Amino acid sequence: MAEPLLKARGLSKAYGALRATDELSLDVSHDEIHAVIGPNGAGKTTAVGQLSGELESDAGTIYFAGQDITGLAMYKRAHLGLARSYQITSVFLQFTTEDNVAIAIQAHDGHSFRFWRAARTDPKLRGPAREILEQVGLADRADVPAANLSHGEQRQLELAMALATRPSLLLLDEPTAGMGQEDSSHMVNFLRNLKGQVAILLVEHDMDAVFALADRITVLVYGKAIATGTPERIRSDPAVRQAYLGEGD
Amino acid sequence: MVRLKLTLKTCVLLTGLVFLLVLPLIASALEEQFYIGMFSRILIYALAAVSLDLILGYGGMVSFGHAAFFGTGAYVVGILAFHGVENSALLHWPLTLLGTENVLLSWPVAVLVSAVLAAVIGAISLRTSGVYFIMITLAFAQMMYFFFISLEKYGGDDGLSLLQRNSVGGIDLGDDTNFYYLCLALLIGFLFLCHRLVNSRFGMVIQGCKENERRMGALGFPTYRYKLLCFVIAGAGAGLSGALMANLAEFVSPSLMHWRISGEILVMVILGGMGTLFGPVFGAAGLLLLEEFLSIYTEHWMLFLGPAMILVVLFARRGLYGSFVEKREKNG
Repeated sequence: MAEPLLKARGLSKAYGALRATDELSLDVSHDEIHAVIGPNGAGKTTAVGQLSGELESDAGTIYFAGQDITGLAMYKRAHLGLARSYQITSVFLQFTTEDNVAIAIQAHDGHSFRFWRAARTDPKLRGPAREILEQVGLADRADVPAANLSHGEQRQLELAMALATRPSLLLLDEPTAGMGQEDSSHMVNFLRNLKGQVAILLVEHDMDAVFALADRITVLVYGKAIATGTPERIRSDPAVRQAYLGEGD
Repeated sequence: MVRLKLTLKTCVLLTGLVFLLVLPLIASALEEQFYIGMFSRILIYALAAVSLDLILGYGGMVSFGHAAFFGTGAYVVGILAFHGVENSALLHWPLTLLGTENVLLSWPVAVLVSAVLAAVIGAISLRTSGVYFIMITLAFAQMMYFFFISLEKYGGDDGLSLLQRNSVGGIDLGDDTNFYYLCLALLIGFLFLCHRLVNSRFGMVIQGCKENERRMGALGFPTYRYKLLCFVIAGAGAGLSGALMANLAEFVSPSLMHWRISGEILVMVILGGMGTLFGPVFGAAGLLLLEEFLSIYTEHWMLFLGPAMILVVLFARRGLYGSFVEKREKNG
């Protein structure tokens, strides 16, 4: 089997006595959608934070594309092709929709110590930004301040910004959070279309979305991975049923 | 070709510009030369306020120590002139530095020294954020204040008088009108520079950092470097305004770096409109004119400034200029 794109081993992070992640090991292969599920407080968002470099790990190692990135700063990981979205929408509300995508593109178009030319009329940024907005279906909202977008549209924009950095791995923290049924299924369809183009580590609460998308699922409880496997295996795993699925369904 | 749309904004700005251009003529006609000096002071503070707005309004860095760079710029000019007049060396080792009264030398040095100071202060302060950033910038400025108080050679607490204004080939800066126009030209130049800056790629990064620095990092920006450079540019701008101030007053003293000055520059930015290009200019004019005219009637003019600030913060959060003239500014 080929070396996985992302390989995390023994990741731990404690907040005082609380072990948010506890010896967590996890792989994401090229072109795979790997979902991480677990009850509230299982440490899913913490794990995403550790993988993206936002949080420093107490222990463990992370390999990405064969390189040890354990101690690497967040922005450097982004340049290696690791992009994340946030559970709580964090787009730039005062920028327009297009500005938001353009700045994500700018992040990967050389340094930004450029002081003279207007960024808002730069075709090198605006062209690709338009394309990505077309792709996610926000093209007609390009000039609207992001603050005026609906919640669902902001979630789409959130994803568009992550995609604009041309990542090889997307870390998506609950992309359907707070969405209605319709927006949610729209998002699931969109993610399904991404399959094969980019690997995805998906943290999600919506079980329908998870089982519709995931190639593999890891179940997290109190920071520990209690099971990893195909959706079928996870569905029938007794430990998982007891710890998690049994409560919800 | 420049096309001007006749909006409220262009009307206000053109009126302001024309007024500033003809002000010396009006003042001469009225035989009230003192207005020229007063408005020179406004232009100088406006320059400092615009530079603070770069980090405060665009970058979201609430610095409470901007007077450190203002005062440093002033002292550089003062000290160079002091040695220029005495014909003594400022520094003997490792190289001999002589003083100068030449604008083309002493002002760039003032800007450079302020920028270097901003790089040092910024490099440390920008490791913090929020209230801690406010406090650490304030602390650095107060350190500078007491440092210059302790410099007995340059007058300590009493400050240092300049014998005359700096000179530049052909133009007599001792003439108030000439000096006024030079201040105006430098302010307009700096505004133009800032206009390009905030709309450039660099400017987008700075504004992104203001709203969500974490996200900027996740997108792949090493935010610290960009913020630090922005801080340095702002410090350099304040240094230039300090150099002008030293020339206007023909006097420098540690009070230029007192936290009161930092506070006043902050108030100017907030009053005029944070994150707008021209807001701080209006803020500086508003505050200094208010001070000038209210203090004719009462020495407790601050009593009126307080409520005015409260009203602005409550009802015109983008400042007087930002709220009423430039309602939806996007492009500076």
